[in-house]
Amino acid sequence: MNEKSPATAITGATDNTGATAITGAPGAAAPAVASDRVDLDALLSGSNVTEVLDELDAELIGLKPVKARIRDIAALLLVERARKQVGLAGGSPSLHMSFTGNPGTGKTTVAMRMAQILHRLGYVRKGHLVAVTRDDLVGQYIGHTAPKTKEVLKRAMGGVLFIDEAYYLYRPENERDYGQEAIEILLQVMENQRDDLVVILAGYADRMETFFRSNPGLSSRIAHHLAFPDYLPQELEEIAERMLETMQYRLSPSAVAALHEYIPLRMKQPHFANARSIRNALDRARLRQANRLFAQKGRQLDRDALMIIEGEDLRASRVFE
Amino acid sequence: MKITQGTFSFLPDLTDAEIRAQIDYALAQGWAIGVEYTDDPHPRNFYWEMWGNPMFDLRDAAGAMTELIACRRAHPQTYIRVNAFDATLGFETTRLSFIVNRPAVEPGFLLKRHEVGGRQIQYTIESYAAQAPEGQRYT
Repeated sequence: MNEKSPATAITGATDNTGATAITGAPGAAAPAVASDRVDLDALLSGSNVTEVLDELDAELIGLKPVKARIRDIAALLLVERARKQVGLAGGSPSLHMSFTGNPGTGKTTVAMRMAQILHRLGYVRKGHLVAVTRDDLVGQYIGHTAPKTKEVLKRAMGGVLFIDEAYYLYRPENERDYGQEAIEILLQVMENQRDDLVVILAGYADRMETFFRSNPGLSSRIAHHLAFPDYLPQELEEIAERMLETMQYRLSPSAVAALHEYIPLRMKQPHFANARSIRNALDRARLRQANRLFAQKGRQLDRDALMIIEGEDLRASRVFE
Repeated sequence: MKITQGTFSFLPDLTDAEIRAQIDYALAQGWAIGVEYTDDPHPRNFYWEMWGNPMFDLRDAAGAMTELIACRRAHPQTYIRVNAFDATLGFETTRLSFIVNRPAVEPGFLLKRHEVGGRQIQYTIESYAAQAPEGQRYT
């Protein structure tokens, strides 16, 4: 079943510490032997991080400030690695982050990418993302919260812990709320086990601000505050096209025009959730397309008919009323 | 007398880096990690105390190491072992078990010869440490 038995695994013990081997533990003698020149380009191509960054640029539309910040962080980590190679010990930088932005601006998607990038750069060892909300961290009775929070933290070690809608952790109206306990454990691990995991807190901008104001300890331990801007109508159109591509649909010319009119109208409606609203609109258009095709029974459908969304499918939306 | 139970027990004691590597190996196989401790070193003692629940869904050894260090701090003078459980059979099977902590002094075992009918002898062993009540051993 297992090609490698536990007994042979011990010989591989030194291999498993690969992450530290790359950075080269600055021993007493080692830096003297290592040359004092570092090739940043070689480090960059060795980490494959450019691929992930280019992928990020290509697949995520808009989000300019976020992408710029991610590039900054990547550069910092690469330089940090170079510094270690020549024996400069700076202590690993703190990379806990907060993502603030309106619904549907891509916070979770970026967090997923962030885990990959940090893994490529050797900052986290495994590069997985554990996404949790208040329910996963806070218990229901006394003594339930600490083990629950610790278990989540243990699962996230070696990767990224993503806490969505983090402000729900803190409920000022109930002073006996167990959320405070979870925050305290979180703080302790964020401070002491910085090498083991990266914590990303995410939520809507205004509520996150109140949350940070009431928990200054948390705010001061987060080095990077990334604000996710709303998408422009044109960006939303691109996003819609990208989504349809992955779903293997196509817009007819009339549908493209309809979408162009639809987006500004939808943006004025209450509960507009950026890319998520667009996804929902497209899902409803697919529904109407299916209905339309069904109504023309007796007709042979070709591949194109099954793929194309017509203008009428979009114009039936109540936004146009 | 150094107790030899479980995997790697004839090797010198594993360092923390080696323990971490072993745990990483076990996690890579999809096994769950449990930490257990006892102050009764008899080889037939299967009932070690559990240090918390076994840890499922870990991806990195850091989580298990945190628990191990906490267990060592709470029970420095006991035997502590790391178990790795494999669930592929539909129930948890121990696939790997090794000692990661032992008391500073291990007094060993007394061999008892018990004479029964017809000059026959039954052998039994008894740990010197276990002669003291639980909780007062290895202090």
